[in-house]
Amino acid sequence: MSALQTTARPVSAGLPASVEEVLDLLGSGQYVADRSLATVLFLALKLGRPLFLEGEAGVGKTEIAKVLSETLGRRLIRLQCYEGLDVSSALYEWNYPRQMVEIRLAEATGSSDRDTLASDLYDQRFLIERPLLQALRPQPGGAPVLLIDELDRTDEPFEAFLLELLSDFQASIPELGTVRAEHPPIVIVTSNRTREIHDALKRRCLYHWVGYPTAERERAILAAKAPSAPAALAAEIVGFVQRLRRVDLFKLPGVAETLDWAEALVQLNKVALDPETVDDTLGVLLKYQDDIARIQGSEAARLLGEVQREAAAQPPL
Amino acid sequence: MRQSDPFAEAALRQRTAAKAEELLSASGGSRLAENILFFARTLRAAGLPVGPGKMLDAVEAAVAVGVDRRDDFYWALHAVFVNRQDQREIFDQAFHVFWRNPKFLDRMRGLLLPQSFDEGAGEEDRIALQRRVAEALRGNLPDDRGSEKEEEEIEVDATLTWSERETIRQQDFEQMTSDEVARAKRIIAGLRLPIAEVPVRRWRRSATAGRVDPRASQRSALRSGGDLMPLVWRKRRRRHPPLVVLCDISGSMGRYSRLLLHFMHAVTNDRDRVHSFLFGTRLTNITRALRAQDVDLALEQAGALAQDWSGGTRIGACLAEFNRVWGRRVLGQGAVVLLISDGLDREAAAGLEKEMERLHKSCRRLIWLNPLLRYDAYAPKSQGARAMMPHVDDFRPVHNLDSLADLAAVLSRPPLAPREDLARWIEKARA
Repeated sequence: MSALQTTARPVSAGLPASVEEVLDLLGSGQYVADRSLATVLFLALKLGRPLFLEGEAGVGKTEIAKVLSETLGRRLIRLQCYEGLDVSSALYEWNYPRQMVEIRLAEATGSSDRDTLASDLYDQRFLIERPLLQALRPQPGGAPVLLIDELDRTDEPFEAFLLELLSDFQASIPELGTVRAEHPPIVIVTSNRTREIHDALKRRCLYHWVGYPTAERERAILAAKAPSAPAALAAEIVGFVQRLRRVDLFKLPGVAETLDWAEALVQLNKVALDPETVDDTLGVLLKYQDDIARIQGSEAARLLGEVQREAAAQPPL
Repeated sequence: MRQSDPFAEAALRQRTAAKAEELLSASGGSRLAENILFFARTLRAAGLPVGPGKMLDAVEAAVAVGVDRRDDFYWALHAVFVNRQDQREIFDQAFHVFWRNPKFLDRMRGLLLPQSFDEGAGEEDRIALQRRVAEALRGNLPDDRGSEKEEEEIEVDATLTWSERETIRQQDFEQMTSDEVARAKRIIAGLRLPIAEVPVRRWRRSATAGRVDPRASQRSALRSGGDLMPLVWRKRRRRHPPLVVLCDISGSMGRYSRLLLHFMHAVTNDRDRVHSFLFGTRLTNITRALRAQDVDLALEQAGALAQDWSGGTRIGACLAEFNRVWGRRVLGQGAVVLLISDGLDREAAAGLEKEMERLHKSCRRLIWLNPLLRYDAYAPKSQGARAMMPHVDDFRPVHNLDSLADLAAVLSRPPLAPREDLARWIEKARA
């Protein structure tokens, strides 16, 4: 694939013109991104390339697409992947019952000319558009944001099908011809890496690994997304979760879990962490019994002690 | 190893360079394009899949982001060149050597003088580079320094101290005759793993009644003008679940390793979705190596990848690593795990039971193939075997594993009455 083929660009009206502007844009949608993510996103928008986001569950991959569509004022079209996802549920399907009725009607009126019947039957009216086809159609507000979520859940044949769509932004329907996007959609592909996606598909995208945030950024995320949590509690939560991520656990807590936990603690009217509360609410953070058994009790108390000592040594801002 | 056509490559390189020039002259960059091309070649030599298309993308990305901010530039190139998480380390090192230290090459030249070796080589210079990056950088100095290249090469070895890791025993395998290859293929073709094909959520045409395929029926109705509607049927497709082979290559398994690798290679090339791992004192993923069509080449690569041939066994630690790093990536779609080991563990089965339990819970079916059965009265009594026995779905002990045919025969045996056979072994392990 040469660069010339990929120069089809999305409408640049309203798109950010620099990395700073992307940061501002995401910030206005309550998404606290680090600079590396903003750079890749800027490139994806500027070069009109799909963005392939990989990372552990709950680090905010899907959220990026939602925030983008919100802040850019574009429509969000979401394709949730699952095993066995096929053309009829991803791209288009004919409305068979209505076609049957049409045949009956044709019989009743006595017009059974084959050609007209065929062209009538395979008309736009009977086409049910699925997410991928919708994304190729012009939408109010400009080219839509197409979110292909958890691509690793599908099987290889569907990946191969996506190749054509993602490189040329066109799809062929045998009965109607080729549908081509006038303005290619902004495509975000996410994967939890439950299997490796084929290199051919990745090659057509810009790749970014979304990691766990630093303590500083996680505090900013909490402040933006869970403003009801007092600052001191938020600092303790972040300190605890960050320490938890250094323990050798089977599944580390993501940002989504941090937010859930903050929410849970606020609902419990807590203003500070104490060992009992941590033990009781550990299920919000950790989802494997082995991990919970390992942390609950003395280990949790030890981590909490570290957090509180650190907080005491450092005067609140 | 890689076939190349020098003329085509040269022409391609020229075209790439010309196109990059074109892109850059628009933005006023001078040597940036050239440097990006050198950088791309360095990455390619270090093993990243970088083609001419990516080079152009990189130049385009660099122009789009600009070179005002170092981190923007870094992430722009990162977005283009890196495809998988494990490539990040290599990219990172190569980037910093190549771009942060423009004087790196000068310094290497300075090292030709013995006295400056002591002065110039501070802590920072001794960063242990990954060997591949070091080799790639060495082989890819820009051409205008070509005349001094050979002398420099010697010195690079002196500064870049990469640590040779523990071990290190590699395995040489005898080459296979074409006759043997053909026989192996025949055997594998006849192999029936005790794994049932499972229905997937895709359809195929069927001549006999199943579900109605509305689309195809509609089309066939049109052929008769809509008066008749012959029904077209479809049924669910069936497919092998993914297969993950975990193979023990410790000393006690030494005499089987060639055979087992042949088996893994044959299975990998026979069906899709096969992942192969070797373990002794550490875990090695050899899936990509085994995908080479040529069996000798594949075995050579696999032999070089694993560094712990015929050493001790740390089954528990290796399984723990598998569960943590690979489990969620390769067991995702209901995989069947074939564990080939004699269950002799150097660490007295430390942590093994827990990890076996985790593995068992993460896969569709866990089959343990044990080639230790030297006599009929064998009982899985070693500490390792006792820890493993309760967590397998199927146990396949075998006498004298001498040929692929034996192995295929063992694996093709239909599972006996469910759990009954297994219960007998579990009892033996407890006794």
